[in-house]
Amino acid sequence: MDFVRVFNQATPLLIQGVKMTIFISVVSLLIGMALGLFACLMGLSNSKILRCISGVYVWVIRGTPMIVQAFIVYFGFPQLIQLFNPSFRLDAYTAGVVTLSLNAGAYLSEIFRGGISAVNKGQVEAARSLGLNQTKTMIKVVLPQAFKVALPSMVNQFIITIKDTSILSVIGLADLVNKAKVYVGKSYQFFATYIMVALYYLAVISILMLFSRYLEKKINYERKSNS
Amino acid sequence: MKEKVIVDNLHKSYGKLKVLNGINLSVNEGEVVCVIGPSGSGKSTFLRCLNRLETTTGGKIFIDGFEVTNKHTDINKIRENIGMVFQSFNLFSHLTVKKNIMLAPVDLKKMTREQAEKKAFELLKRVGLEDKADYYPHQLSGGQQQRVAIARALAMSPDVMLFDEPTSALDPEMVGEVLAVMKELASAGMTMIVVTHEMGFARDVADRVIFMDDGVILEEGKPKDLFSNPQKMRTIEFLNCVL
Repeated sequence: MDFVRVFNQATPLLIQGVKMTIFISVVSLLIGMALGLFACLMGLSNSKILRCISGVYVWVIRGTPMIVQAFIVYFGFPQLIQLFNPSFRLDAYTAGVVTLSLNAGAYLSEIFRGGISAVNKGQVEAARSLGLNQTKTMIKVVLPQAFKVALPSMVNQFIITIKDTSILSVIGLADLVNKAKVYVGKSYQFFATYIMVALYYLAVISILMLFSRYLEKKINYERKSNS
Repeated sequence: MKEKVIVDNLHKSYGKLKVLNGINLSVNEGEVVCVIGPSGSGKSTFLRCLNRLETTTGGKIFIDGFEVTNKHTDINKIRENIGMVFQSFNLFSHLTVKKNIMLAPVDLKKMTREQAEKKAFELLKRVGLEDKADYYPHQLSGGQQQRVAIARALAMSPDVMLFDEPTSALDPEMVGEVLAVMKELASAGMTMIVVTHEMGFARDVADRVIFMDDGVILEEGKPKDLFSNPQKMRTIEFLNCVL
């Protein structure tokens, strides 16, 4: 087995895969964060209907495997739409982003909910007693504090989402795993290729972890300075 | 003298538990009223009803002529004129002292950022903490935090201040500095309703002391009358325990 040769051959292909993995992860996480925040706030609202929608969403996503969700979004959903609009097509990227966003959103919603409920009730009372309405209290007082509490769990979810992109290779998303499979199919270099794949994931996730550590330190530092 | 706060037959219950059983009170402009009484007598609940941090189950509250207890009243507008100081300070832990004070005036468009900053420094000077503007709450002692909390409440220029056991969570040697600020506030003419266990403060500063027990006002009067010549058996018992 010639490691160097495999490395040279596989790298261009795998780099394409890494780029796709990062791209899909970032887009999905951005949408997922918005979705999660939305679902979380819906879950905390006074309206029973909104709470119910949020609850069902989280329940369904958490209660089914992502690979099944991906199949439903990519294969099932277009079939349903085609009954009404036969020309409807859904590409693997869109389906992948939809699946990952829905998934990350549900988990992040629970993480945000935990963060928000960790904020002392007195903080809300103080803000309300000054005349701030519910929305402003949420934005100015509760969410910034909840964010700090939720940060480690959020980063954990980011890591899970990055790794979950690999599941989407089954619907043909040209991510890192998918590209590796293509290369392995031609070269039969399983060991070297998949070790390289593992190292790529490790590198990407390590960068994320370093960044989050820096962020956590920065938040803590800001609050501990001046003393 | 103008009546600032009017409470008319106020009731409050949590399910079957009756906490307030018909409270009647009127507080004049510039008056300092101290509310004393045993734990569980409903003092804090009563105070929290005044700015609707607790919903009431019966009766009416008017502040500055606006009905707090009316669902259709814009409670946020009224709260801008009612400052509140809590037992546990409740300073916004993610903001510096200065930003704690500036948050409401700037966010509610009462002042520009510059005006609010100027006001924050004035208020910090008033409570003797102008050198702490850029500190975070957890870097301050309890007494300092509570003084900042008072400054924060004052930033909205309220005309009524509610104090919910402001010194109960403090180390004994820090009680004095907070009471001094409150005393200064009282002498500057602020209308104040203070739930407290500090009998010395009530005696020296209050215009009127109210003794609450079991969700009703059992006895009220000028401090010297109530403290030296209480009428009700329950008041005598209570005062014997705390004085």
